[in-house]
Amino acid sequence: MNYSDFFKMIPEASLVAILIVLFVADFATAKTEERKWFNPLASVLLLLNTFVCLLPMEAQTAFGGMYVTSASVDVMKAILSMGTFIVVLQSRAWVEKSGKEGEFYMLIVSTLLGMFAMMSAGNFLMFFLGLEMASVPLACAVAFDTYRKNSAEAAAKFIITATFSSGVMLYGISFLYGAFGTLYFEDIATKMQATPLTIMGLVFFFSGLGFKISLVPFHFWTADTYQGAPTTITGYLSVISKGAAAFTLLSILFHVFGGMMQYWHVLMMIVVVLSITIANFFAVRQGELKRFMAFSSISQAGYIMLAAIGNDWATSVASLSYYVLIYVVANMAVFTIIAVVEQNNGGKTNIDDYNGFYQTNPRLSFLMTLAMFSLGGIPPFAGMFSKFFVFMSGLNGADISTTMGAWSYAVVFIALLNTVISLYYYLKIVKAMYIKHADHPLPTFQSDCNSKFALAVCTAGIMVFGVFSLVYEWIAAAV
Amino acid sequence: MIPVEYFFILSGLLFFIGVFGFVTRRNLVAMLISVELVLNSVDINFAAFNRLLFPGGYEGMFFTLFSIGVSAAESAVALAIIINVYRHFHSDQVNSIENMKL
Repeated sequence: MNYSDFFKMIPEASLVAILIVLFVADFATAKTEERKWFNPLASVLLLLNTFVCLLPMEAQTAFGGMYVTSASVDVMKAILSMGTFIVVLQSRAWVEKSGKEGEFYMLIVSTLLGMFAMMSAGNFLMFFLGLEMASVPLACAVAFDTYRKNSAEAAAKFIITATFSSGVMLYGISFLYGAFGTLYFEDIATKMQATPLTIMGLVFFFSGLGFKISLVPFHFWTADTYQGAPTTITGYLSVISKGAAAFTLLSILFHVFGGMMQYWHVLMMIVVVLSITIANFFAVRQGELKRFMAFSSISQAGYIMLAAIGNDWATSVASLSYYVLIYVVANMAVFTIIAVVEQNNGGKTNIDDYNGFYQTNPRLSFLMTLAMFSLGGIPPFAGMFSKFFVFMSGLNGADISTTMGAWSYAVVFIALLNTVISLYYYLKIVKAMYIKHADHPLPTFQSDCNSKFALAVCTAGIMVFGVFSLVYEWIAAAV
Repeated sequence: MIPVEYFFILSGLLFFIGVFGFVTRRNLVAMLISVELVLNSVDINFAAFNRLLFPGGYEGMFFTLFSIGVSAAESAVALAIIINVYRHFHSDQVNSIENMKL
């Protein structure tokens, strides 16, 4: 075995190093009462990891093709690493109260490690191990508030559906193995042809990853899990875990099932339309903010997967990465505010609790408004551009005179109509904060400095990524 | 030699028994057992395909071993979570743990 291959997987190696540092730091100071330095340590390490992911590296393979890197994977790793940095940053108040700092940071970093392994897999075995490495610690993280009923319920629903979906996915992979006799992506791609066996394999495989991204026929766990999980973990689930799974799905569809494009295009169109539309209609009638954000994230997942309708890998992956980047900053801003409000007001997360929020906390409500505008896609903010690029990549290569091309246009048009509906429910929150009157609005409070910093990063992202086209150009040039 | 179709039928049956159990059982542990049936059908598939269709390599066998290991880890976590659920709800029935609804 050639150990120098480990030098080719720098982002993973640096995450393993972070894990070891955190582990040692945890057990060396286990008896200490106050561990104020733990969160800054974890945040700084993750920030460093983001920069490590940004180091220019050439595309290469390691371990006989098991592990593959390319520029597009590295960009996505940097985005997810930055998102995890924001999650860790804003988690401080909650984690310090729970007194289980070590466990929390290790769980988060090991899920990230699993996602990295999953994204740069070159073999279905490696992909499966990465997926499981991401979802098992995530279930533990969902159950983190062991004293809360809802957290336990959310974790039970999450782990049961996660194992079931990975079982279904493995069944699909076994079909592919039976058809081609290999599990390497490259070898499968060269032999790929549409037989009934491989189509069944594609469908089973797709349903497995659909669970992770929570696309519509597979979304039933989402609302309960998102509502019950600790708010920080909900944020992590909705952006990082979803972004990694979406990237992997796109990559495998193009690189493994590339020869069956006309089949999975139809599949994706149906699923995307269902996800966006149904989730929007459910989101309109939610009264609980975290549950509302769950449905909003299902519909956002539909928009993310719109990139898979196009037929050009470079544009699709660039627009998907950009969408995930904007989604990370906008959604994390919302979840940071939810977490801050929850901690300072004894766990209030209903939309009605936010009535008159502007009178008492004008700055927080302004930031919330920015994030909602960005999620809804109102022009000056980043969300509008990310939606635009996704629509554009969805229409890439679509010829309106052919049937499939016309369907692509129809799907994008439906998605466009749905942004209007989504605008309605995002503005409902804004309306509650600014216009609705409340006799006893939430009292004025000071958020802790970590949350402020996380909010500053998110808001800067919402503004800067939208106004300067540099970011998209950088992503598009890199991939 | 037993033809590969027989293994395929066996694993297909096992898979759908698992799915059926997952959908109809209202008990968390029973649902977990059903999921294990699904995973076992996958293992049979991989082992049989490897042995009968592609006897040159060991990829399918290795996949089976890894899948058994990973599913053991998953059930350990799932059981821990189910115990936690039982502490809170004093039940492991699915309809009694519906705390969060619209």
